[in-house]
Amino acid sequence: MSRLPCIAIAAAGLFGLVNAAAADGDGKLPIAAGKVVYERVCAPCHGRGAGTDGAQMLPGAAALAARYQGKLSPFLEDRSDLNADALKVFVRLGVGAMPMFRKTEISDSEIEAIAAYLSASK
Amino acid sequence: MAVLPPGLTAEQFAAAVRMFEDAVGKEWVFTSDEDLTPYRDSYSTVWGTPDERLAAGAVAPSSVEQVQAVVRIADRYRVPLFPISTGKNFGYGGPSANLAGSVIVDLKRMNRVLEVDENRHFALVEAGVSYFDLYRYIHERGLKVWIDCPDPGWGSPVGNSLERGIGYTLPYFRDHFGASCGMEVVLANGEVMRTGMGALPAAKTWQEYRYGFGPDPAGLFAQGNFGIVTKMGFRLMPQPEHYRTGKITVLRRRDLIPLVKTVNYLSDSFLIGEPVYASPLTALLGNGEFLKAATRQGGAVDAEMDRFASVHRLPAWQVELQFYGPEKTCLANWEYAKERLMREIPGAAAFEGESLPIPITPKQLENLDAPYPTGIRRNTALGIPSLGIWKIVSGDGHVGLFPIIPRSGEAVFEAQRVLGDATREFNLPPFFSAVTAPLHWHSFAFQMVFAPSISRSDPAHNALVERAVRKVIRIAAEHGWGDYRAPTVYQDAVADTFSFNNHALRHFQETLKDAADPNGILAPGRGGVWPKRFRSVG
Repeated sequence: MSRLPCIAIAAAGLFGLVNAAAADGDGKLPIAAGKVVYERVCAPCHGRGAGTDGAQMLPGAAALAARYQGKLSPFLEDRSDLNADALKVFVRLGVGAMPMFRKTEISDSEIEAIAAYLSASK
Repeated sequence: MAVLPPGLTAEQFAAAVRMFEDAVGKEWVFTSDEDLTPYRDSYSTVWGTPDERLAAGAVAPSSVEQVQAVVRIADRYRVPLFPISTGKNFGYGGPSANLAGSVIVDLKRMNRVLEVDENRHFALVEAGVSYFDLYRYIHERGLKVWIDCPDPGWGSPVGNSLERGIGYTLPYFRDHFGASCGMEVVLANGEVMRTGMGALPAAKTWQEYRYGFGPDPAGLFAQGNFGIVTKMGFRLMPQPEHYRTGKITVLRRRDLIPLVKTVNYLSDSFLIGEPVYASPLTALLGNGEFLKAATRQGGAVDAEMDRFASVHRLPAWQVELQFYGPEKTCLANWEYAKERLMREIPGAAAFEGESLPIPITPKQLENLDAPYPTGIRRNTALGIPSLGIWKIVSGDGHVGLFPIIPRSGEAVFEAQRVLGDATREFNLPPFFSAVTAPLHWHSFAFQMVFAPSISRSDPAHNALVERAVRKVIRIAAEHGWGDYRAPTVYQDAVADTFSFNNHALRHFQETLKDAADPNGILAPGRGGVWPKRFRSVG
């Protein structure tokens, strides 16, 4: 349960954070909200740490490790090249075994907040 | 890319869309190609072909009242709807409809856990609640109940149970529709109906007694198209005090027959959770001589398989057993199981697995300390959702077909032979060989897995898979093995095989459909049931 409690804690505050952020200035969600959304939506497949039942990585990270062959980090949080437009392509169109995600699952502003979090997490 | 609902002009559909927008808010009605792309089936064998079932639009209500409004608008304009909960039905059509031009009713925004009772062991949830959501709700509150979740866990209890999905704990809870108890449904005329005790206005046992009084229509909504389920109750497993595992191996191929017979007894006597069968001879599939023997036309020869087992000092079969409950009864049940199996099957051996107090530690969740390689997936065996299983999904994904077979060793051997021979021409990985083990996910039946990969970029491969799937459906049915679930594009083919007495079941379903949904707006074609106006389509 090393990962799930973290996800659970994050998820508990998701809607509060997002709602509070909606009232802020230019309407963009803050980086903290991006972290929360990342941990809820992305981290179960792309997070750091081991996968289940002896897998060295979670499936999304393992797929990227196989794809990049060491040229790029398999962990999204290490990447500096994933701006919101790039993330939207992967999220909305899917890639390989990663399916597409709908706006009811993750909004455009949440994707932008994830991009801001990933950019700030270096 | 988007298509119009059948029979509607662009102007008529635009008028319906405006009314959908008034009902749920403009931002929750989707009609652009960009917004509708994620409503396509990511794992489709007909991706990009004229047979793909593209949506005309999507609408995402946030309340039962909004669902009612959407249904009434659809009824007025004759817009076919296709409800999804979280849309994660991958391998079976994802969020895509049976009928091109449908409007997807995306219930993801209805995401409230309404009640969890840790003393009476039930939950009541809205349609968009995921297994992750329900797990978090329970654990944030420290409630002493377990969910039984599918793998992966991003789907929803409502959607998965309505697909008759399965899990991995005790038999009763593994049958997700069987463990449901009470539902709320918006009917084709916009009325809200509650099933079971929920029909009693002052009901106090909606999630404790599923039948209510008189005929119970709940089953019509599983793989059905008689209404949009907005709430559903589920029985939950009391958190056990302890969890134990153990493994039994048997030496000869035909030892599977007595092994299954006794494990059936253990399972049906509520002594064990999911039995996980495997053949250790699977390790030899890289050996060309063995592969040839295990995939031999007409079926494997028992003596030949036993010779490989003997030469390589491998057992022919194994089953991993799981026990839940007080520590003493877990141990007693394991002691009983191994004593009986070793007495009944000469050469059988027993191996102690793990014995873990609940809740387990983070280290134990990693499942690295079993004294032997284990096929048990620790998360789901303990009702903890994860996405870890996605590691088996390669390439662009796959479609799933799972013929249900009798729970006997003889049936396993027959399915290996028949389906192995049937799929030989397609040059796919050997899904059905002499080492293919049965899956005991369902409570009282085995199933065999046929899950060929699909490709977004290779239509010829998809066409081959399409032919293979249709052949497996047909050949399996000829041998008495029906599919429990199917991708949307194959549901008609599967439904066609349930043809006893000149399709009496279909005639009954169509009679009900035409009465309950006279304009045929709710999920036309789902489960192979088409309303009158679309029967020529199906």
